[in-house]
Amino acid sequence: MNSKQHIPLSLKIRSSLIALAKKMLDPVVAIFLALLVGSVIITFTGDDVVLAISSLVLGAFGNLRSLGQSFLAATPILFTGLAFAVAYRSGIFNIGAEGQFLVGAIAGAYVGTLFSHLPAFIYIPIVLASGGIVGALWAFLPAILKIKLGVHEVINVIMLNKIALYLTNWLVSVDGPFRQGSVQPATPFVCEVVRLQPILPKSPMNVGYFIGIVVAYLMYLIMWKTSSGYQMRAVGYNMHAAKFSGINAESSIVKAFMISGALAGIGGAMEICSVFGRFYAGFSPGYGFEGIAVSLLGNNHPAGIIISSLLFGALKTGAMRMQILAGTNVNLVKVLQALIIFFVAGKWSITELYARYKEKKRLSDRGSVANSQKGENQ
Amino acid sequence: MGNAILRLEHIVKRFPGVLANDHVSLEVQEGEILALLGENGAGKTTLMNVLYGLYSMDEGDIYYKGDRVTISCPKDAIKLGIGMVHQHFMLIDHLTVAENFILGCEPTDKGLLNLKKAKKIVQQCSQDYGLRIEPDSLVADISVGEQQRLEILKSLHRGAQILILDEPTAVLTPQKVEELYRVLRDLKAKGHSIIIITHKLKEIKEISDRVAVMRSGKIVGVHNTASVSTEQLAELMVGRPVVLEVKKENQEVGKNILSISNLHAKDYRNLPALRGLNLRVDSGEIVGIAGIDGNGQSELLQVLSGFTVRDEGEISIGEHKLPKKFAQREMFNHGVGHIPEDRMKMGIISNFTIAENLLLGFEHDSRYTGRLIMKKEAIHDRAIKLIEEFDIKTPSPATEGGKLSGGNQQKVILAREISKNPDLLIAAQPTRGLDVGAIEFVYQQLLAQRRAGKGILLISFELDEIFALSDRILVLYGGEIIAEFSQAEATIKEVGLCMGGVRRNSHE
Amino acid sequence: MIEMFFQILTADLLIATLGMATPLIFGSISGMFSELTGVINLGIEGMMLMGAFGAGIVSLATGNPWLGVLFGMFLGGCMGVIHSVMCIKFRANQSVVGVGINIMAAGIPAVMLQYYWGNPGRTPQVASIKNISIPLLEKIPLVGRIFADINPLTILALVLVLCAHWLVYHTPFGLRMRAVGHHPKAVDTAGINVFAIRYISVITSGVLAGLGGAYLSVAQLSMFVNDMTAGRGFIALAAMIFGKRTPLGCFGAALLFGFSDALQMTLQAIGVPIASDFLLMVPYVLTMVALAGFVGKTVDPAANGKPYVKS
Repeated sequence: MNSKQHIPLSLKIRSSLIALAKKMLDPVVAIFLALLVGSVIITFTGDDVVLAISSLVLGAFGNLRSLGQSFLAATPILFTGLAFAVAYRSGIFNIGAEGQFLVGAIAGAYVGTLFSHLPAFIYIPIVLASGGIVGALWAFLPAILKIKLGVHEVINVIMLNKIALYLTNWLVSVDGPFRQGSVQPATPFVCEVVRLQPILPKSPMNVGYFIGIVVAYLMYLIMWKTSSGYQMRAVGYNMHAAKFSGINAESSIVKAFMISGALAGIGGAMEICSVFGRFYAGFSPGYGFEGIAVSLLGNNHPAGIIISSLLFGALKTGAMRMQILAGTNVNLVKVLQALIIFFVAGKWSITELYARYKEKKRLSDRGSVANSQKGENQ
Repeated sequence: MGNAILRLEHIVKRFPGVLANDHVSLEVQEGEILALLGENGAGKTTLMNVLYGLYSMDEGDIYYKGDRVTISCPKDAIKLGIGMVHQHFMLIDHLTVAENFILGCEPTDKGLLNLKKAKKIVQQCSQDYGLRIEPDSLVADISVGEQQRLEILKSLHRGAQILILDEPTAVLTPQKVEELYRVLRDLKAKGHSIIIITHKLKEIKEISDRVAVMRSGKIVGVHNTASVSTEQLAELMVGRPVVLEVKKENQEVGKNILSISNLHAKDYRNLPALRGLNLRVDSGEIVGIAGIDGNGQSELLQVLSGFTVRDEGEISIGEHKLPKKFAQREMFNHGVGHIPEDRMKMGIISNFTIAENLLLGFEHDSRYTGRLIMKKEAIHDRAIKLIEEFDIKTPSPATEGGKLSGGNQQKVILAREISKNPDLLIAAQPTRGLDVGAIEFVYQQLLAQRRAGKGILLISFELDEIFALSDRILVLYGGEIIAEFSQAEATIKEVGLCMGGVRRNSHE
Repeated sequence: MIEMFFQILTADLLIATLGMATPLIFGSISGMFSELTGVINLGIEGMMLMGAFGAGIVSLATGNPWLGVLFGMFLGGCMGVIHSVMCIKFRANQSVVGVGINIMAAGIPAVMLQYYWGNPGRTPQVASIKNISIPLLEKIPLVGRIFADINPLTILALVLVLCAHWLVYHTPFGLRMRAVGHHPKAVDTAGINVFAIRYISVITSGVLAGLGGAYLSVAQLSMFVNDMTAGRGFIALAAMIFGKRTPLGCFGAALLFGFSDALQMTLQAIGVPIASDFLLMVPYVLTMVALAGFVGKTVDPAANGKPYVKS
């Protein structure tokens, strides 16, 4: 290996772009196939496919307002996507982002009403952090149950999702402490400074998504640049080898779970700051589960998740316009999400199929391999 | 002696990078016990798996009673009358003996499982063949001997004329072995043919009529057992070793680094696997443990790496006495490096880059990580250095570990462990799957460590490797060290005989 | 007076328990079928929802709720086919596939509802299966009251428990199922087709979940409402684990969770001074406590979650 060989920068850029394109090929094909199947469904329901698809696209990106809405829609699932990814890469199946999102949201909504004279650049991080802390705590319980008692996390987080739902509902119910005299089942509005302001004219777009990008970068740093993240990924990829080399698998799992919960919680608090300004009953229409599709499509990597969350956000925004103009129900998006999940999970990967085809050719061309070394038995 | 009931002709079976069966031809007579002898990797189990339909052969023909047959799945083999008792039993622990017995040929009464009839069938079969089993016990609760009897009866019940047994005496005490012999002789008298895969020379002499020896995927000899001695068999089995020219200086040994006394431990089946093992390694020497797989090597490694808690015995690393239960980290803290025997499972994380793999165990080292962020430069430089030093062939340190060849993966593990500068280096199957050049490299590294005054515990199935490297050769058999040789006095013949359980000498 | 009050209370509670437990019985036995052979099925929720939807629309279209039930089972079976193909043939991560099924099942009914009725929330009222009373069993003291006002599908559920028990423990297929979940290689070497067994089990799982969903839309309620399963599929999974993956165990656990549901409703109706939200939490907290308390005694099928690969 030539460690001292100088590779020209242009070549480096080109090869990384090619690698990137290869990585993106599969998700792109997945989306394309999903849209294809979606079109079939639309045709089956009698709607105008062209009108449906075009209004979908226009609804997502057609003007500044739609664009802004797409970004707003992308923000919460960016966070829940990151949450799922952190856990997944650490060997945990955290489908509890839903509950962690809710408790983070209500925590943020509460903290956002507490102080009155803090400037935005201090107050907003405090609100987000409170959401993160509560989300992390909500994830701590299933983590401990997993490592101490060996209970599989899936059922526990699902139960906690429901418990979070009812708990937060109660907190804003008529007798709930967080309602504080509000007419509707909601918390009072947070202080004005906490609410993110639009940054473009005629568009609701605010910096929320970009804060999300920063958080995604932080997640990247944690997972790939710290020793804790290193250990979490080691445990996620191969627990035996990780333990063999002295890594404490239990503490890695707990850490990963809590970081995952924190990310979902921040997402919830962000939704308060970015869109609604207060928590109300029925706050999350399934952001936690959508985060799974977002993460899978983004290859469970923050860079991919940034893109796929935007894609799904655009899809949802466009779907609303599609519903108005072409009459196709917005929930078609859920069907598309599911198709994408199947595609990615089934590893119907074009690049892999091609690689396997080439490998087969190579082996058969080789002929019989006489080996002087005693190889592995079986 | 009857006619050939089974004929295998020119069987070829390839795996990626390995020719497991190289044009193997073999005949099995009616009413005989044929032993299939060979070291690890010789190809004997592969051949039998092909015969039983678990593997599909690449080339070759099988003739059963003179007719050409195709065996593409176990069902075909069973139909023909071939039965197999695997080394690791194919039993379902939480079901009863009777339920396991009838799986696949369940007696029914109007569609309902007739467990009463099943019980009767089991009892009848047990009586017919003189093999005692209890139909109502749970498989998890019965002894290994009874489990084996169940496996044998299962095959016989399905009409097996030819019975394949893979290392049947590995799990039996000497008394039980006698019982098994009796059973096999009875079956032979009834006209069955039996193929025993084994590495135990004494038993071959005691029970078999003929013996076929395999080496490196080929049959190297078929003899009537009566007309061949154990010495000759040992020689055939291990062959004339190509002892790589290894220059070793004479060296004084220093202080004691590893001391194990009276080690008792169980395997994953909760059976005793180590029965009072003793050994010591001093600084500046290589201690090689020879032995056929299944005599306690894996369990010894599991105990030494902290994955299995020993039942009894003392282990000391230098001055430190290890508690019964210790974390993997402790071994490294005490200056122990360990090259695991299963590199894919324990040694390499496929999705990690080479640099990340080299870092395992060092992730908290202040050279490679600051308070928060890991030092990318330092990690990269370390990877580059180790890649060069250990001649790891890879396009870059960012290549994923899983994409390397086996040999290069092994080099990564070697590099990592040696970079820990351990006082004791445990090397388990260090050259498994490596080409000659890589093997030589590994040998040089181990010798360099020896020269530097480290102690090395070498566990390997390759006898020539043990002979080339070790200052002292220990033989592991039945969970104990039964023989010890200095490099000067050891001969292939002697060691081979000990490996087969025939001889033992007193050591220490 | 108070005695009569309590008598009515307990009788109503029993009836309500059975009613709430019925979909859980179907759901947990559905999960059991799949997991006994070693295939994790997180998609029970989605399969139930599709079953509810199928039953609702066919009942509406034909006026015959039983046809609706059949169609609901069919749709559940279709989801079972998807799950089995993804998990067995393509060896995808079984948990991920289950989640995908749930998301898909959440989307399809809404799209269809919009198309047919312009309202994505619910169908109009559909013909439903009314409760009946069984004359003889009615007379049994104490529990006889249950049979005075019981839904035929609930009776079917009880029969299912017995049939499942019979199937799993007294038929060759049941024996092979249990074997496959623990040691597929052993079953393979005995000459049995492991894949076929898994396909059959998972598809059956889908059918049963569909049946459970059908109960929701054509028996418990008389219409299909979007997302009407409301997490029951997951409680059914918990019941399956709690019941150690045996039919009778599933039944008992389903009753327990059904009871907590019924209790919560009854307490609300009586006007107990605990906030309704906390009462709603009871089944879920109970599940967590139950799982935490019983762990170590449950044995996952050893091959759970691992695709079987022939070498």
